[in-house]
Amino acid sequence: MVMFGFNFGIDFKGGSILEVSYQNARPDMESIKTDLNTLGLGTYILTPLGDSKYVLKARDLTPAEKTQVFNVLSGSGDPAFAERYGVTKEERFNSIGPVVGQELKNKALLAIALVVICIVLFITFAFRKVSYPVSSWKYGIATIIALAHDVIIPTGVFIVWSHFRGGEIDMLFVSALLAILGYSVHDTIVVFDRVRENLRLSHDARGKDTFQETVGKSVTQTFGRSINTSLTIFLSLVALYFIGGETTRDFAFVLIIGVIAGTYSSIFVASPLLVTLQKLQKKN
Amino acid sequence: MLKHRILSVILILLAVGIGYFVYASQAGLNPTVAKYAFKLGLDLNGGTELVYKADVSKVRSGNVDDAMSSLRDVIERRVNLFGVSEPVVQVEKAGIVSGQNDHRLLVELPGVTNIDQAVAMIGQTPQLEFMLLKDSAKDLTTEEMKSKSISDLFDSTGLTGQYLDKAQLQFTTQGSGQIAGEPIVALSFNAEGRDLFAKITKENKGKVLAIFLDGQAISSPVIRDEITDGKAIISGGFKADEAKALVRNLNYGALPVPIELVSTQTVGASLGANATTAGVKAGVVGFLLIAIFLIIWYRLPGIIATISLSIYIILSLTIFKLIPVTLTAAGIAGFILSIGMAVDANILIFERMKEEIKRGKSLSDSLHEGFTRAWLSIRDSNISSIITAIVLFWLGTSAIKGFALTFGIGVLVSMFTAISVSRTFLFAIVPKSNNRFVKFLFSNGLHI
Repeated sequence: MVMFGFNFGIDFKGGSILEVSYQNARPDMESIKTDLNTLGLGTYILTPLGDSKYVLKARDLTPAEKTQVFNVLSGSGDPAFAERYGVTKEERFNSIGPVVGQELKNKALLAIALVVICIVLFITFAFRKVSYPVSSWKYGIATIIALAHDVIIPTGVFIVWSHFRGGEIDMLFVSALLAILGYSVHDTIVVFDRVRENLRLSHDARGKDTFQETVGKSVTQTFGRSINTSLTIFLSLVALYFIGGETTRDFAFVLIIGVIAGTYSSIFVASPLLVTLQKLQKKN
Repeated sequence: MLKHRILSVILILLAVGIGYFVYASQAGLNPTVAKYAFKLGLDLNGGTELVYKADVSKVRSGNVDDAMSSLRDVIERRVNLFGVSEPVVQVEKAGIVSGQNDHRLLVELPGVTNIDQAVAMIGQTPQLEFMLLKDSAKDLTTEEMKSKSISDLFDSTGLTGQYLDKAQLQFTTQGSGQIAGEPIVALSFNAEGRDLFAKITKENKGKVLAIFLDGQAISSPVIRDEITDGKAIISGGFKADEAKALVRNLNYGALPVPIELVSTQTVGASLGANATTAGVKAGVVGFLLIAIFLIIWYRLPGIIATISLSIYIILSLTIFKLIPVTLTAAGIAGFILSIGMAVDANILIFERMKEEIKRGKSLSDSLHEGFTRAWLSIRDSNISSIITAIVLFWLGTSAIKGFALTFGIGVLVSMFTAISVSRTFLFAIVPKSNNRFVKFLFSNGLHI
């Protein structure tokens, strides 16, 4: 993440994106660029998409400016152009002013923070009766750290991948992150719930299990279930990735990474953390 | 157990009935039902979304909400002129809750892809304002006036197009020094406007009250008397079509506040249609994959889970239709995700069951135990998903809201179906005997 920085999409940066498709063939990029340069757009990026489309990214354009750009992209009314390349169609056009973009960014950060806080509070509340041997807010802390891990890993992977394949961080990405948070907590809770139950059982039976052993037992018991659930979600996401449309492809990718990260974080991060916290507490 | 069996049959019949409803409303088989077809969002149907920023700086602070609603009404009337089916015009207020600094107007035009035309017509609504010539400017010559700005010369009175009730095209009658048959525009204000107009004319007799349209003075009569009937006449040497156009524009709404376009989004219809078919295909394939996995791994309970899952999908889709939830590409993705999560509750129960069976309990006892113990986990973990959905709903643009809604509803319905539907089915079929074959059917995994 530090290396590549965040490649924010226009949702957050402001700007515009115009996608056009050509019926027969796609005109040569250089000649289009020469014509675009005369419009005074400032810096822009023109990338081919698939076999028949171009995607143009520029500063935010007024509708009038967009008409000019589209004119250039469709051959400026030259009949020979229309013959060679067929009908030019505008597939989509988004233009976002910078103020709106900035606001969206702030909202997104706020949302992530809010979800994390709510979830931690909820866990502390749900586990309030299990204060021995680890106080309930420690469950909350272990969860936050696991959550942080669940957010950082998909973001990092996405950034590296998008550096080479051209993805962007937009609102859909943020939603994916939030969905991952929700799901990962879901997973972690199942393990902790088991811990809670085993604690109660061993307390009733005056068993000799140390906390560590209890946690270990809980993890083993829930292992099968964790894997299976993640597998089903993984299957539905894989279907979405390969068969779903382009708009949701990046979204599905982030979620897939997130589900994988979320699963192993519940097993390998949250639970050992609990034990470590308890040990630290004992030392004090 | 008989009770459970009866209930199961009822459930299945209900599900088939609802399933048929879902199918019929999509395929348009029956007119009353067809109106329940899915509402598709802009990115699936094709269409345009425009966001305008409203400049409320000149509106008195108590009236901002009113001004925004009348702005909304005005724009909606304009939009309806295009014959767009089901447009959406919404006010988004500023404030910490919405995270915005200014008031916004959101206009969604499904199926409209020529935004230039749309923007031109929306933006064309004229802005009407009455302004008083300042005392300091009274004696300036025309030349001197030209070099000054409007705010140097005029005070705003607060009387704007917001208070206009109606505009009418009239022609001057003979007499009082006017040429007959000249087109004029007769304005009549609403009750509040009438009072305001009366006050202005009472307090400023002898002064020039200029009428500004879109920032240009079109007429500047002198106030002779207090005008209490709330009527005014603009006579500015109009040609007949100019007057007609002005009347039409004024009637379809003089904008109460100026607006500025801050963001646009258009999706062409073909891109939208592709997204829809792709989304549906992905959903079907995802479901099939999950069903195969469930049946292979969990065997008989797996079949139950698959049936339960089908009921869940049918139920969710029906709820989406009835509310109605506008489906977007993200919304479909959210639904597919929640299909996966719906299975989770079932899996929790089955795993519990497996443990109880291992401990040697009878099948029906294991079932009971499985449900009771699993319920806590299910409840707690689904609440966290719902929290996420709520935050997403608050945060998002319309596309994200779609995701949050389908996801949230999906989680709720899945809780319901896993606990009640799966439970009923399983109890209905659990046999009394405990022999190995039955145990095989109910346990899971690749080993017994």
